[in-house]
Amino acid sequence: MDQKDVEQLKKEAAAKAKAAALAKKKAKEAASKEEDSASTEAEPLDIAKQKAAAAAKAKAAALAKKKAKEAASKEENPASTEAEPLDIAKQKAAAAAKAKAAALAKKEAKEAASKEEDPASTKTDPLDIAKAKAAAAAKAKAAAAAKAKQSGAGDLEKEKAKAIAAAKAKAAAAAKAKMKSGGGAKAESQTEPEDIKPSPNQPILEKYIKIIESHFGSEMLEASYINRLSKDVPTIVAKPETYYKLAEFFKYNEQLGFDFLSELHGTDFQTHMEIYTHLYSYKNKQSVALKVKIDREDPVIDSIAPLWAGANWPECEAYDLLGIRFKGHPNLHRIMLGEDWVGYPLRKDYEPYDVEV
Amino acid sequence: MIRTEEMLLNVGPQHPSTHGVFRLVLKLDGEMIIEATPVIGYLHRGTEKLAENLQFTQIIPYTDRMDYLAAMTNNYVLCHAVETMMNIEIPERAEYLRVITMELGRIASHLVWWGTYLLDLGATSPFLYAFREREMIINLLNEISGGRLTFNYMRVGGVKWDAPEGWIEKVKEFVPYMREQLKGYDQLVTGNEIFLNRVKGIGVYTKEEALNYSLSGANLRCTGVKWDLRKDEPYSIYDRFEFDSITAETGDAWARYQVRLQEIEESLKILEQAADQIPAQGDMIGKVPKIIKPPQGEAFVRIESPRGEIGCFIASDGKKEPYRLKFRRPSFYNLQILPKLLVGQNMANLIAILGAIDIVLGEVDG
Repeated sequence: MDQKDVEQLKKEAAAKAKAAALAKKKAKEAASKEEDSASTEAEPLDIAKQKAAAAAKAKAAALAKKKAKEAASKEENPASTEAEPLDIAKQKAAAAAKAKAAALAKKEAKEAASKEEDPASTKTDPLDIAKAKAAAAAKAKAAAAAKAKQSGAGDLEKEKAKAIAAAKAKAAAAAKAKMKSGGGAKAESQTEPEDIKPSPNQPILEKYIKIIESHFGSEMLEASYINRLSKDVPTIVAKPETYYKLAEFFKYNEQLGFDFLSELHGTDFQTHMEIYTHLYSYKNKQSVALKVKIDREDPVIDSIAPLWAGANWPECEAYDLLGIRFKGHPNLHRIMLGEDWVGYPLRKDYEPYDVEV
Repeated sequence: MIRTEEMLLNVGPQHPSTHGVFRLVLKLDGEMIIEATPVIGYLHRGTEKLAENLQFTQIIPYTDRMDYLAAMTNNYVLCHAVETMMNIEIPERAEYLRVITMELGRIASHLVWWGTYLLDLGATSPFLYAFREREMIINLLNEISGGRLTFNYMRVGGVKWDAPEGWIEKVKEFVPYMREQLKGYDQLVTGNEIFLNRVKGIGVYTKEEALNYSLSGANLRCTGVKWDLRKDEPYSIYDRFEFDSITAETGDAWARYQVRLQEIEESLKILEQAADQIPAQGDMIGKVPKIIKPPQGEAFVRIESPRGEIGCFIASDGKKEPYRLKFRRPSFYNLQILPKLLVGQNMANLIAILGAIDIVLGEVDG
């Protein structure tokens, strides 16, 4: 075949194809047209009709409901007798108007009120407002002051009442104290029935005293009692001249046998100095508090460090802080503060002394 | 010809082995100690003088700073003295919390002693182990009190506040852990021959000497005196727990080591029982007047601290401040025997003997 033919064939084929394509296109368009026309004209119409009908029905139902409601509300509000949207709109408008009117009324009322308070504020110039504010503030202050005065007066009265009550209470307490101190033994005997139960350590104290008296007679002790505040410890107060003898006896007597010195310290009672020792007997499982009162102006007492080595440093401490001198102590020195310290800090009349201040 | 002469040597006041500021003036003949003179007071803060101007609740923080390794017992002894005078009853749960915190403190204190004592003798690693466990206790006490060392946790009539949620469980968990670690300590140190040679037969004293020198705590129990205030003069609620007071017979540094290490185990027993028995709820403070005014008079109480008998004496004139406050500080009494123990000893044993007494200088100086 010739090239021409071939080209022609090609052209023809192309033309055919074009034609076919056109045909297809047309066909498609036609088809879509058909579909479109069908959808717009045929069933859709029915559907639309149905829909419209349904809508109409719904509307009708809604209207019916509305009407029913309105009918019900007619009794309440005769103005809403004319139903239908228009009427509703009218109603709304009316309601809005009412609301506006109310708001206006409120505003007016407010303004009127403020007018009453301060006529100057009717002209709403800033200056006036400021003035009004200032005036209001002044008023408030005045009111607060008045209140404060009132309440202040109340407080004063209260305070007075309190003071009176306190004074009364004090007087009562003083009276009681007088009763006690004046009554002396009588008062004690009155209070004793409350804790009439003798201390469980009473027999122990009596035993100690009996042993001491059988050895030394009755001149050894200044006092002896049970210290109820201190776990009922039997307490024995020695005389300064019998202190060492008694301590020695406490340690070496077979029945007493206080082999352990638990504590030793001094106290400044201003009228006198006092040494407190707490002794314990591991053999008898018993405690005793041994005390001695010494002259505050010349506080000298026998050292018991030769009896209990454990009393060594505590006696140094009492010497250092209170100025109590212990006769027969192996090495009495200022253990805490150093030898150049001036004064005895735990004395109640101690004045700090420092050359550098 | 060898010429010898006496030498005067100052140990301290700043010396690591004294664990505080403490000076020893030694007279030496070669390496032998002829005479030892302790010099104390470097840490004296006048707690007793200060207390005369303070109310009782205000004094509690000062007690923290005496024995700062076991501050809970210091807190307790002051509160206990006031409570004894005023006859205050302490609520159950508060009482248990007190015991638990005090026993935790006791273990922590013994751990510090164990670690530092071995460190003094040249063993480094036990110190690290001991402080690892101690840190756990410190954390527990920090959780309950808000302070690592200075707790200020106890109050007259009870404790400051309740334990946080889950705290008791943490204590319960700590007990078996610590037991396990204790076994490790024994394996690591207790049988070590070098260690035994350092501590056996060193710093020996008899029972009579211990009593004469007013020693207490492990320093007394190491001579065979079975005496523990928790058992023999029960305070708080210690009579509810089953535990032993540990004793040893030889009275040397080795005996003190054994007593302290075994006391940790006994404290664990108390912790275990207390953590089981503690009521789930309860008041933290008893009926205490707003202003604490002990009645006129005086009282002396003593309790068992990790270092021995700690006592508190209060003379009251009915005011809210004490007229006179005095602490019986166990370290102060225990240290007195040191010069006697050092005489005739080799210089190298000084550290082993001083360390075995277990002093806290804050407590020595008051």
